[in-house]
Amino acid sequence: MSKKVVLKLIGALAALVFIAAACGSDDAVDDAVDEVTDAGDDAVDAAGDAADAADDAVDDVTEEAEGAMEEEEEEEGDADDGDAMADAGGNMLTVECGETSSFPAASEPVTDLTVAIVAPSAEDDLAFTQSMVDAVTALGIEPQLTTSTFVVEEAAAAIRGYAEDGIDVVIAHGTQYGGSLEEIAPEFPETSFVWGTASETQGLDNVFAYTPAADQGGYVLGTVAAKLSEAGSIGMVGPIEAGDAALYVDGFVAGAEAEGASVNVTYTGSFGDVALATEAATAHVDAGSDILTGSAQHVVGAISVADANQVPWFGTQSNQVSLSPDLVVASQVYHWEVVLTDIFSAIEGGTLGGEVFELTLENEGLVIEFNGCFELDEEIKGGVGETIAGVVDGSISTGQ
Amino acid sequence: MRDLFTLSVLVSTVAAGIRLATPYLLAALGETIGQRSGVLNLGVDGVMLLSAFGSYYVVLRTENLWYGFLAGAVIGLLMGVVYGVITVVFEAEQGISGIGIFLFGLGFSDLLFEELVGTPTPLKVRLEEVAIPGLGSIPYVGDAIFQHNPLTYLAFALVPIVTLVLFKTTFGMNVRAVGENPQAADSLGVSVAGVRFIAILIGNTMAGLAGMALSLGLGIFQPNLTQGLGFIAVALVYFGAWRSRGVMVGALLYGIVASLVLQLKTRGIIPLEASDLGAMAPAVLTIVALVVLARRIEAPAALARPFSRH
Repeated sequence: MSKKVVLKLIGALAALVFIAAACGSDDAVDDAVDEVTDAGDDAVDAAGDAADAADDAVDDVTEEAEGAMEEEEEEEGDADDGDAMADAGGNMLTVECGETSSFPAASEPVTDLTVAIVAPSAEDDLAFTQSMVDAVTALGIEPQLTTSTFVVEEAAAAIRGYAEDGIDVVIAHGTQYGGSLEEIAPEFPETSFVWGTASETQGLDNVFAYTPAADQGGYVLGTVAAKLSEAGSIGMVGPIEAGDAALYVDGFVAGAEAEGASVNVTYTGSFGDVALATEAATAHVDAGSDILTGSAQHVVGAISVADANQVPWFGTQSNQVSLSPDLVVASQVYHWEVVLTDIFSAIEGGTLGGEVFELTLENEGLVIEFNGCFELDEEIKGGVGETIAGVVDGSISTGQ
Repeated sequence: MRDLFTLSVLVSTVAAGIRLATPYLLAALGETIGQRSGVLNLGVDGVMLLSAFGSYYVVLRTENLWYGFLAGAVIGLLMGVVYGVITVVFEAEQGISGIGIFLFGLGFSDLLFEELVGTPTPLKVRLEEVAIPGLGSIPYVGDAIFQHNPLTYLAFALVPIVTLVLFKTTFGMNVRAVGENPQAADSLGVSVAGVRFIAILIGNTMAGLAGMALSLGLGIFQPNLTQGLGFIAVALVYFGAWRSRGVMVGALLYGIVASLVLQLKTRGIIPLEASDLGAMAPAVLTIVALVVLARRIEAPAALARPFSRH
């Protein structure tokens, strides 16, 4: 049983203790709290022992696997091992039909630093949180995770807890955690906090900030969507007009308008309200949009509308092909590992913060992933490289 | 603005409003019965989440909507047993108990989802719209009102049924009696605990149906799918003055205003800069309506008060 599961079970037990507090006397409540605390400690100890044993086992297996891989490489020479991609590499690629991810698994960790992630939604949300978990995992690191922290105070407690546990790098993956970090980071000067999306470090020496230039990929996808749209009308389902979601919207609108299409934008006012996102997407289709796009974890509802109406979809943050294998045209995928590699190097060099990193098409932190199952006109696809080059060299403005 | 007042847009707005209102209505009707018996349940959202996940997971594995329906209803019923034991048998403070149930539902549904499913996976079968024969083909009206999924019809059919049960049956009279004056009802031989327990079971089962309407209607589940919907349902009971018809008006108001705001945004009538203000509109309007229109009908006198003979 993983430590995460143990902690969640403890959370559920804590809720029951909360109920017990409503039922019984103070003594009974104290007893119940003590029992849950003891059970929690035992469970965490057991999970720790299990984790140690698992680590040993993983080491053994890794050594064996490395040996086997070396033998295999000797046999196959320099044979291409990236067979999930049709044209992998750079900031644009096509994911083979049936594949959903472009994150290769690293054979060994890029750093010995211990890493924890605190994020607002589920680790498999096919959006914001998953993009970070995938990136850290791609670097060969097994992070400690606290996800679905819908309440900022819960996230703050997790961030503080990891710092107290001596974790080297705590990734606070959410703009909303800035206020908590302002308070917590100065108390743990030996811990490096990595915070995003944010464009400044709040003047803290042990905080790195990261942000995606989501307008860049948004612009590229906007041009493709406009060329694909017969109606010249595209529906956008956004969450709240802030952060990378707003950047994506602005870039997408600029790209689509540059190709003569109009984009109707609806911000639902929520990152997670699937029902509202579903109705927003339905309203766009009713209004005549023949292409849909959107951002944040609530888009699972909007994609289902695209699927039901056979309307092509453009995604961002993570590759969203699995939600509609035939209708997702392309996704702008965040490869946080590009900036994390630099951040880990800086930490190992003794710098714990004070810098801002940005994902861009140029540094290949933003990758446009086309879906191999969607038959996109080669003429449309052929122009994408040129558009990316224009965005990278600055000859094309994304409106930012 | 002119685009908004075409018949097709108005039909879409009303249809979407009814869809959005369905889970609110189911949960709030169940809560109405519970509160009429004197039991406040702030755990509705947690029950909805557990049932939403349970029905989603069963349909994901079996591709059978009937099994999903059964799973959602049974989970709601079981959570009713739990809540009944806590509040009726152990006479716990209802507000805190409800919050505990909510936290349990929120955390446990998240845990189950991550362990059993992981990545959001769309259902291959979901609740489909069914046109009511004869009525569904009426131009515009049929599209707006008579082409919804079966749980939507069930929710609105329950409005007169709940009224009938509460005001025209012996059980309903007992429910109201134990909610107003449990001591008097007890002295007349009514089992306060029994009536309250049954009211809780009905209320939680309907909360389960509400969660199921959400996940099987959307065809997907993700953690915290309800986004606090259950708390709004509790507020709608107050809005509706503990009457099913009032609760229905509140749910429809909330759903249609939310739908209207989406249409206004989609057509650029609400500028992007005011988008967040628009998102608050359903809640703000409901509160204003509550303040301005609420009839002076008082809450059940024994609401949230545990009953004890001692």
